[in-house]
Amino acid sequence: MAILVDRTTKVICQGFTGSQGLFHSKAAKAYGTQLVGGVTPGKGGTKVADPELAMVPIYDSVAEAKAMTGATASSIYVPPPFAADAILEAIDAEIPLIICITEGIPVMDMVRVKRALAGSWSRLIGPNCPGVLTPNQCKIGIMPGNIFKAGNVGIVSRSGTLTYEAVKQTSDAGLGQSTAVGIGGDPVKGTEFIDVLEMFLADPETHSIIMIGEIGGAAEEDAAEFIKREAAKGRKKPMAGFIAGVTAPPGRRMGHAGAIISGGKGGAEDKLEAMRSAGIAIADSPASLGTTLAKVLAR
Amino acid sequence: MNIHEYQAKDLYRQYGIPTTKGYAAFTVDEAVEGAKKLPGPVWVVKSQIHAGGRGKGTFKEAAAGTAGGVRLAKSIDEVKMFAKQMLGNTLVTIQTGDAGRVVKRLYVEDGSAIARELYLSALVDRATSRIAFIVSTEGGMDIEKVAHDTPQKIHTFSIDPASGYFPYHGRKIAFALGLTGAQVNQCVAMVGNIYKMFVDKDMSLLEINPLVVTKDGNLICLDGKMDFDGNALFRHKDIVELRDLEEEDPAEVEASKYDLNYIKLDGQIGCMVNGAGLAMASMDIIKLYGMEPANFLDVGGGATKEKVAAAFKIILSDKNVKGILVNIFGGIMRCDIIAEGVVAAARDMAIKVPLVVRLEGTNVDLGKKILSESGLKIVPADNLADAAKKITDEVRKLG
Repeated sequence: MAILVDRTTKVICQGFTGSQGLFHSKAAKAYGTQLVGGVTPGKGGTKVADPELAMVPIYDSVAEAKAMTGATASSIYVPPPFAADAILEAIDAEIPLIICITEGIPVMDMVRVKRALAGSWSRLIGPNCPGVLTPNQCKIGIMPGNIFKAGNVGIVSRSGTLTYEAVKQTSDAGLGQSTAVGIGGDPVKGTEFIDVLEMFLADPETHSIIMIGEIGGAAEEDAAEFIKREAAKGRKKPMAGFIAGVTAPPGRRMGHAGAIISGGKGGAEDKLEAMRSAGIAIADSPASLGTTLAKVLAR
Repeated sequence: MNIHEYQAKDLYRQYGIPTTKGYAAFTVDEAVEGAKKLPGPVWVVKSQIHAGGRGKGTFKEAAAGTAGGVRLAKSIDEVKMFAKQMLGNTLVTIQTGDAGRVVKRLYVEDGSAIARELYLSALVDRATSRIAFIVSTEGGMDIEKVAHDTPQKIHTFSIDPASGYFPYHGRKIAFALGLTGAQVNQCVAMVGNIYKMFVDKDMSLLEINPLVVTKDGNLICLDGKMDFDGNALFRHKDIVELRDLEEEDPAEVEASKYDLNYIKLDGQIGCMVNGAGLAMASMDIIKLYGMEPANFLDVGGGATKEKVAAAFKIILSDKNVKGILVNIFGGIMRCDIIAEGVVAAARDMAIKVPLVVRLEGTNVDLGKKILSESGLKIVPADNLADAAKKITDEVRKLG
């Protein structure tokens, strides 16, 4: 089961023939992902030189790729100036799951993309995210597959590299993951914490959850509120959490376009408080994500 | 990216947004020349720095006089005197920190007869994923204080990107600001033009404080704080030209040349990390081990050897740095590339401070092999906690 992706997911790659597209498509294929096609406008019908990817058919458009392969998901590695166009093309082709890895997309482009998603057939993960991985089944994006272990912890994070920390630590603790989802560090994105938490709560393979937030915005507070509401209805799973940026000074953007404490809002303390009050165990160090969850589970 | 007030006002004019008439001046002579082109009888001489609170700021130097960074002149001679006092001196405001900023540019503008001061700002609101306008009748004040003390006086409106701006949006804003008569239509036109400018130029923030109603009943944007989306600058050459590098931290400017995200902080441990979240978490864990981070530095996803070397140079340009923690969890970033970069930089620059390197992820074994075969004194770490412990221990050993 898991969420979003599994061994039945048929994946195409937009931006397939670029260096990032090739590098990570190869890794995805090696992991066992069903990579059924690549899309690069103008290169339809050609092949890439790499012998491991030479069998992957290339199409000029997403619609064509979907019609020919029955793709259910698209991974996007298109450079930022053209990434919104690529996402919109995938929405137009009614690809159910779109995962955009690209970092640095203008926020105004994402405002339009977000509007186009409303009422569409597609769910977008990202942009500026590491992707989604269900251990031993499907890897879309740039997460290092070797740190994963099949198990029952659902992981959701705004930060790519902190997702890896949580994965590695839960693997080391012997827990393993159901699915890990990086939702991305941009202020306007396709999928929020709440959407993923809802999926994890509904997924029988997911027995516990790690949620990793960071400073900026109010998505963590919203998520905590959601968890509280669901718990009141009896829907509840053990959770551990972490917020990056406790030491970040206000008014400075910490790399991610979304990571800024402004107008007295978005600070780590408020988020931690909201998460604690929702019954989420807080890891005091980014090195103790796994052990914090293990402690909750041992209770 | 931020720009100066006078540059913001040029943009207002391009979009037909009402503002004051004025001239930028880099010298006292230019200030006087500018003032002569304006009718008077009052002129406003404004310091141009990238920080708010200029009016209530104070100059460090006694020669600049006791008045703030925005001064009302009643004669051309007074314009000349104020320009002389302000140019080249250091203005300290609530936003500059104690160091203050040297005033190198002035803006000389027409004095306005003000009846009411209002507040209007626009931003990309992440809660709605739309452009939102925030308005208040309490202009000219610290808006965060207004929002805190009297939240009912702050009004927020968002615009659906599918429809774009329509006059009713402007009317809602006008009514919230208590505008009447001809001012309502002025407001509808003005907000429409502001929305167009905001979208056209990929702004991330526009703050007009104050937006004024003059005594003769007209709306005028008296100030303009603009911030542009760094991710969209590739399509705005005209905006990039407005960048004033002297207003930015030199190390941060240098970092931006290599596409590195660097922010200088006050601690002793330099950090080089991939990914913004992990970079923040690395800062947090250094603090947890009893020391302070010297910087935030995200080398990003596509780091090359050259980028890593540049990152070391920038970290070491901070004299407070007593040790460096490299923390790389490779996803899009390959550990072997980082390792090669670390070795090359450590060799070229003969790094003398303790260097702890933690590598994990894609091509990790190759990366570790490159480090251990380098013959350099690099302390390897197995995980984040181990890395934080080792670097803080190493630095403590130095005393």
